[in-house]
Amino acid sequence: MSLLTDLVTITCVLAGVVFFLAGTLGLLRFPDTLTRLHALTKADNVGLALIVLGLLPQAGTFLDALKMVAIWLLVQLASGAVAQLLAEVALRSAHAAEAKE
Amino acid sequence: MRAEPAALMAEVLLVAAACILVFTAVAMVGMWWRGGVADQMMSVQLLGSGGVAILLLLAVASGQWAVLDVALLFAVLAAFAASAFHGAAGRRDDAGAVRRPEGQSPSGGPPP
Repeated sequence: MSLLTDLVTITCVLAGVVFFLAGTLGLLRFPDTLTRLHALTKADNVGLALIVLGLLPQAGTFLDALKMVAIWLLVQLASGAVAQLLAEVALRSAHAAEAKE
Repeated sequence: MRAEPAALMAEVLLVAAACILVFTAVAMVGMWWRGGVADQMMSVQLLGSGGVAILLLLAVASGQWAVLDVALLFAVLAAFAASAFHGAAGRRDDAGAVRRPEGQSPSGGPPP
């Protein structure tokens, strides 16, 4: 049982690290602000979700596990809203720059 | 060398945390030097999500469950920073104070 949960933890955490690597590559390689925003708010959040999923079996108490899930939910909600806000600012500044030219 | 399962697990989690730290730092530096204010704000957001992941891994690896509260604080601060940024950019009419490097336009094509 312990071996099984450890395997689940290691598999999920390593998969999460791979998603963080993908997010970083996207941020460095994608050509414009909106695609980079996409890489930031999607790939990194999947990575965080996998890490939380992997860490859940290692939680000391039920309350700690619940807190980890709550942190994950908060980050999901925040990043969904933040993506919209940042995209709006990026679009508006692009329009302002075009109007100035 | 004796490999206890618990110690081995902690080492794996620490290595994962170190990897994410390196990825986050590389992406942050790349974004910061890239230009626009939205990109720079995104690097701060990256510190939020990457930092939460690192702190969760450290909390489990070290058994210090209070670190979870620090992760929670990171998540909240990143969200508030982004909404404050949005508010400040909305007050300034010329949010076009964006520094765009040559040949890069947020709409995808090269600038006219």
